[in-house]
Amino acid sequence: MATKDERYDKMAYEFIKVSITAYSITAIIGGLLAFSLFMFYPDFMKYMTRLFGPTMLAYALIFFAESASLYIYYYGWHAMHYGFLKWVHLTIGLVLNAVGTMLMFLANSWVTFMLSPGGVDAAGAFQGDIWKVIHNFLWNPINLHRFVANIAYGGSIVGAYAAYRFLSARNETEKAHYDWMGYTANLIAIGALLPLPFAGYWLTAEIYAYSQQMGITLMGGVFAWLFITQAVIIGALFLSANYYLWCGMERSPGAYRYTKYIKYIAGVIAVCFLVWFTPHTLILKPWELKTLGGQYHPFLGPLGIMPAKNTAVNNMLIFTFLSFLLYRRANKIPTVSWAAAGSAIQAAIFIAAILNIVYLGVYYGYFTNTVYKVASSVPQVASTLTVIISCMVIDVLMFKGAKDVGEFRWGKMPQRSQYALFLLAVSFTWLMGLMGFIRSAIRQHWHVYTVMRDNSLDAFTPTIGYAAKVVSIATVIFMAIVIFIFWLSQLSAKKQEDKSKLHPEVIPYEPAAKPLKPETETE
Amino acid sequence: MKIPKLLQFAVLVLIAYGIFKAPGWFGVPIPGSLIMMYMFFAVVTILLVMTSTEKSAQELFTPIKALVDDPSKAMTRNVVFAVIPIIGAVIVFNQVKPSFEAPVELRATHPAPPSTLRAFNKSFNIGTLENPMRKLAKEDPAKFKELVKEGGVVYYRNCFYCHGDKLDSKGHFAQGFNPLPLPFQGKDTIAQLQESFVFWRISTGGPGLPKESTPWLSSMPIWKDLLTEDEIWKAILFIYDYTGNVPRSWEK
Ligand code: HEC
Repeated sequence: MATKDERYDKMAYEFIKVSITAYSITAIIGGLLAFSLFMFYPDFMKYMTRLFGPTMLAYALIFFAESASLYIYYYGWHAMHYGFLKWVHLTIGLVLNAVGTMLMFLANSWVTFMLSPGGVDAAGAFQGDIWKVIHNFLWNPINLHRFVANIAYGGSIVGAYAAYRFLSARNETEKAHYDWMGYTANLIAIGALLPLPFAGYWLTAEIYAYSQQMGITLMGGVFAWLFITQAVIIGALFLSANYYLWCGMERSPGAYRYTKYIKYIAGVIAVCFLVWFTPHTLILKPWELKTLGGQYHPFLGPLGIMPAKNTAVNNMLIFTFLSFLLYRRANKIPTVSWAAAGSAIQAAIFIAAILNIVYLGVYYGYFTNTVYKVASSVPQVASTLTVIISCMVIDVLMFKGAKDVGEFRWGKMPQRSQYALFLLAVSFTWLMGLMGFIRSAIRQHWHVYTVMRDNSLDAFTPTIGYAAKVVSIATVIFMAIVIFIFWLSQLSAKKQEDKSKLHPEVIPYEPAAKPLKPETETE
Repeated sequence: MKIPKLLQFAVLVLIAYGIFKAPGWFGVPIPGSLIMMYMFFAVVTILLVMTSTEKSAQELFTPIKALVDDPSKAMTRNVVFAVIPIIGAVIVFNQVKPSFEAPVELRATHPAPPSTLRAFNKSFNIGTLENPMRKLAKEDPAKFKELVKEGGVVYYRNCFYCHGDKLDSKGHFAQGFNPLPLPFQGKDTIAQLQESFVFWRISTGGPGLPKESTPWLSSMPIWKDLLTEDEIWKAILFIYDYTGNVPRSWEK
């Protein structure tokens, strides 16, 4: 109970209401998936069931626990609202999250087993230790990656919900509430997004370590082009997150002092972004090929390899953080005596870190050989983290007891900013689909890599274009379901109105608090 | 005098375009496909910045709104409404009109290798294969130097016609081929690869490439039919040694 702010409570309650519908849809779709798998891949599923049988049973049982805690949590909301009971309620909420995470980890083990089978011999026969099968080579990298990504994704979906309600809000109070909700959700999404590239690097490194061939299929072969697409979408995520922060400065009367910096931040992020998605092998027209004398561009080529990308992404993170710092101080005047010095130190940390990152990127990228190429990424990440942590600490101390420039106005957000929130949710969904496709496609013609071949007649690895189309359609369907769920949740709060009444019912504020943890349950 | 926002926007977009086009004037063009992506994001970023505050968004949109609404601007409106579709038509026409250029193909220069390679009546596991002569670099430097030299002989007898006498892919036949032979200088090619990969590429040549490297199979010959296993390993030593590159090694 870090905060006594009742807004969090209301937000959590509202969103759990949304989750309830989402939960049943998840169960339905999960059932659909399971039945289709058994129908279309009976032999493969027979094999998996034989191996994973106990975990599948556990999965079903844990699903019970999940349902129980979800329903108690939701229906008990008002019954357990004060004092000790509120703590009980909170604990159930935590159990809900823990159980959900467990479910995900279990399902992850099935998926990672298909990529990096463990606990079986070369012919796929079980060797007796189920833990080895679960704890296969890529299990933990995927667990971490998905755990972090689910927080980010959950945040973005809450953000989309808030945007939906903001745009359909009918009065200022509602607008203010959903603006605040969107802001908080965005913060969670971006907060979790920041470490995600690093979890991704770890996963990729482990894939390489597990099988060189799989690694090259992933990064060097045709799938490399999906990574360019990924880079583009991630860049779009960062741009829209920044844009949301910039627009959010309008809420502060003191923002005029900082808006002039936006263009520079945008400039840097744009340049980083261009580096970030510059491919290593280019699509060239024949005349371009002849002029250049080869597939590799003399100065764009180096931008295509890892050190340049790392440099770009770290700078992108640092400047996004800068947007956030400016946003934070937009309405504040520090009262501590060392404010000027504090800002100077922050600036110094920023400059030092940026120089360090660029230096490392250039040095390791171009002046050492391949063995050391990845070596730059760790100190670069360390610099980024140093900036974020130290500047945040200084900032918090410096703005303790700070004066406000004027009244902070929740709800004073241009409508276009809300589309940034939508874009965030859509991009996340799309990204997850595309990368999920890669994750399973790098197995190529294997059901279980090197152990069980996919011998079905129509088996093929879809081309990128085909896969992208399927994923895009899935994204559209998914977003349609999400909007339907949002609409449903609003419907349940509605009562047919008497003509004499002007405002729709608003759920009353209750004095209690609960920190938000977005409900996450995605594959 | 303050420049109107809309004009600022146009100028900035033009400047961005100029920057991306500029390398082309010096003989190192940025490919058109990439410029298109770059421009898309440049335009988006400029738009985002210009609409990030209410005031500047108003400034940007007011003239556009006025153009559409304002009765006194009827003449300008008609002109603009005529010109924009015409520009659009010209762009579309230029994009769809037939040309003699071969279509742009997306091919992987460094595809994933197969797990095993059959050559010299043996089967090599590419995942674990190492250059048997590499260890001599430490154990017996004199012998190693000798081998590199012999590799040089193999190279200048067989490879330099295409890959160039400076290993920069500017051999005298090079321009005749599509895809062009690859250079070994620089950090883009063999510097990124493991020796087992290079061994596979040399042994099986262009015809050994998997599907993702089609449609144009490279002219690289199938050297396992023309050279011995040792000659290939020596040539590999040479191309790394000459260019100062070090083969990629995997952790563990
Ligand atoms: C007929 C011209 C020709 C000759 C002769 C030739 N090559 Fe090649 N080489 C090529 C072409 C073309 C490519 C592939 C370009 C592509 O696939 O994009 C290539 C690719 C390679 C590659 C792969 C590089 C990479 O980055 O993947 C290596 C290694 C190589 N050649 C080594 C040799 C060696 C060693 C010899 C002599 C024994 C040799 N080549 C002789 C034309 C030639």
